[in-house]
Amino acid sequence: MNNSLLVVLVASGVTYGTPLLFAALGELLAERSGVLNLGVEGMMLVGAVMGFWTVERVHANAGLTLALAIVVGAVAGTAMAAIHAFLVVTLRANQIVSGLALTIFAGAVGLSSYLGNNLNLADIPATHSFHALLPKGMQNLPVVGPILFGQNILVYVSWLCVIAVGLYLSRTRPGLNVRAVGESPAAADTMGINVTAYRYAHTLVGGAFAGVAGASITLAITPQWVDGITGGAGWIAIALVIFSFWRPELCLVGAYFFGALQSLAPQLQARNISLGPTVLWTNSLPYVMTIVVLVVVSSGTARRRLGAPSALGVPYVREEH
Amino acid sequence: MRISVEQRLRRPRWLTVAVPFGSVVFAFLVAAVVLVVTGHDPVSTYRQLFDAAFLEKQSIDQTLIVATPLAFMGLAAAAAFRMKLYNIGAEGQMYLGAITGAAAGLYFGGRGGPAPFPIAAMVVAGMLGGLAWALIPGILRAFFRTNEILTSLLLNYVAGLLLTYLIFESESYWRQTKGFNATVFPTGKPLPPNAVWPGWTLHVQGGTTIPLGAFFGVGAAVVLWILYRLTRFGFEARVLGDSPRAARYAGVRMRRKILAVMAVSGAIAGLGGASQVGDFSHALDGDPNGLQKIGYGYTGIVVAALGRYNPFAVVLIAFLLGGLENAGNALQGPSFPAGLVGVIQGIILFSALGGEILSRHRIRITRKTTHDTAAPARAPEPAA
Repeated sequence: MNNSLLVVLVASGVTYGTPLLFAALGELLAERSGVLNLGVEGMMLVGAVMGFWTVERVHANAGLTLALAIVVGAVAGTAMAAIHAFLVVTLRANQIVSGLALTIFAGAVGLSSYLGNNLNLADIPATHSFHALLPKGMQNLPVVGPILFGQNILVYVSWLCVIAVGLYLSRTRPGLNVRAVGESPAAADTMGINVTAYRYAHTLVGGAFAGVAGASITLAITPQWVDGITGGAGWIAIALVIFSFWRPELCLVGAYFFGALQSLAPQLQARNISLGPTVLWTNSLPYVMTIVVLVVVSSGTARRRLGAPSALGVPYVREEH
Repeated sequence: MRISVEQRLRRPRWLTVAVPFGSVVFAFLVAAVVLVVTGHDPVSTYRQLFDAAFLEKQSIDQTLIVATPLAFMGLAAAAAFRMKLYNIGAEGQMYLGAITGAAAGLYFGGRGGPAPFPIAAMVVAGMLGGLAWALIPGILRAFFRTNEILTSLLLNYVAGLLLTYLIFESESYWRQTKGFNATVFPTGKPLPPNAVWPGWTLHVQGGTTIPLGAFFGVGAAVVLWILYRLTRFGFEARVLGDSPRAARYAGVRMRRKILAVMAVSGAIAGLGGASQVGDFSHALDGDPNGLQKIGYGYTGIVVAALGRYNPFAVVLIAFLLGGLENAGNALQGPSFPAGLVGVIQGIILFSALGGEILSRHRIRITRKTTHDTAAPARAPEPAA
């Protein structure tokens, strides 16, 4: 029963969806404060390479090394986000172009590749990687075993993050302040909220999440380093924020859906099932489905603009409001 | 001390040249720091870079091979970005142009006849291929308000998969199926000789060939400049970019304009794809580590932004960045740090963006006097 296609797909959807979830949560926080960061792919790659580097260089027990690797990935992602934050918050540069610049700077042919080559990380397996956390007995339970209990610790941490971000945005004073900054920075400023500080903080935290997302790819899903290993996951994460109407709990659902789509092609191939005419079709399914869902969401809610922060992408200049 | 940024009333002309130039210098300085930190000698690395880009024998010949597609990609991005339509799908539109262009070359070239005809067919087919692929995000944006950044980007991945599929995973029209090599490693079917684009060879640096595509690139820049500067279409597109509300009140048809601008952008990218096949590879390159790994479409965004979306500046910058990229490819190996060129490009773009504020604003550093500190530090601004 646990080998049935559906169970395997859902279980691997959770596994593959976890990096997407981390990255989307980070982007969601940044966007809620009004900063659009299109550099997710680049931040993820730098987090991925630095996390992998930590595991290769630090010689401690597996748990400690992996925890440190996640921290290093988060710091690397934060450092990348700091460039974007400085450009768009302080210098009020165009957020779209700056985010694209970050992806080019940090991305598959930029800093992440430079670091990967310079630190000799290519083509070696990871010394440590994340494995299923819970005892075998629980993992073998029908249906829920592989889906809920067969996951690594990052999956459970991501659930805590979803709850934390959800509570933060709806139940805490700073969380409500972020929403004010994202919706109407001028009003927030009048209330005495420091718009610049909030935007910086949330862009940086967004970068940290993206870094963790990247590290979770190189340490849990495919434990190795290859240039451009994220393969567009950063972009799918940005799309996820739109699908989820800027809500963390819906991010989780979306991330697992796209995670399952990503594992669909290899799973079907392994079972000799051909869906549609060709390999081309199954491989491009995650991208095509992202576009389809994006169209449905944007056309249905375009008029109501459900969830999108009103000041998203707009720099705030006190004198001009 | 307080640093404040205030808007300039007039933008000095010299700054429009000084900012991009300063950005490049700044980028090389920052990258030098990166090199030193990671244990490389920046002086010798940069000397290698410039020699390979512009000075060595036949280096300009090689630079043009990179600069030509970059000019197309930069122009494609500039055409769309000028209207604040962020088409980052030039990469995929180029693949489609290569696919349709190669098909036209194989078909019409194979039927014989004088060279201009198959080449003209490739140009038209390439432009149509890129245009059609660009219209997907265009239509979605115009009719469903779907974010064109994401759709155009995601379609790049689909186009890449399609390209690989045609050569590696199927027995398509584009694939070489005859001969010994075809059974060992899948390759594209070579173009017939009369569909190969001619070049103009100069006797400098031991033979420098200017590919036909480079002339088309300059031609596209001229057309784009005329289109945006001298026609009603261009004027309306610019107004729509600067102030959508003003454009709506003036009766500009939003949907039509989005579709037209995406079509122009995609057609230029598609022409770049046809030029890839006709000028350089002479067969469809489906290798995931070939054309797809270079990412001309993404570098084109850097080119367009640095050229501030001015077509002629884009062509010039394509040549300079093309040199950088060519040197990066030529020097790739254990002695030269990979990824350095992307790092430098990224920093150039960051500093150009940051430099924008220098040309639009004046930065003032005022020292707080005792009198100032007595006043409330965060006095509310009078309502505008």
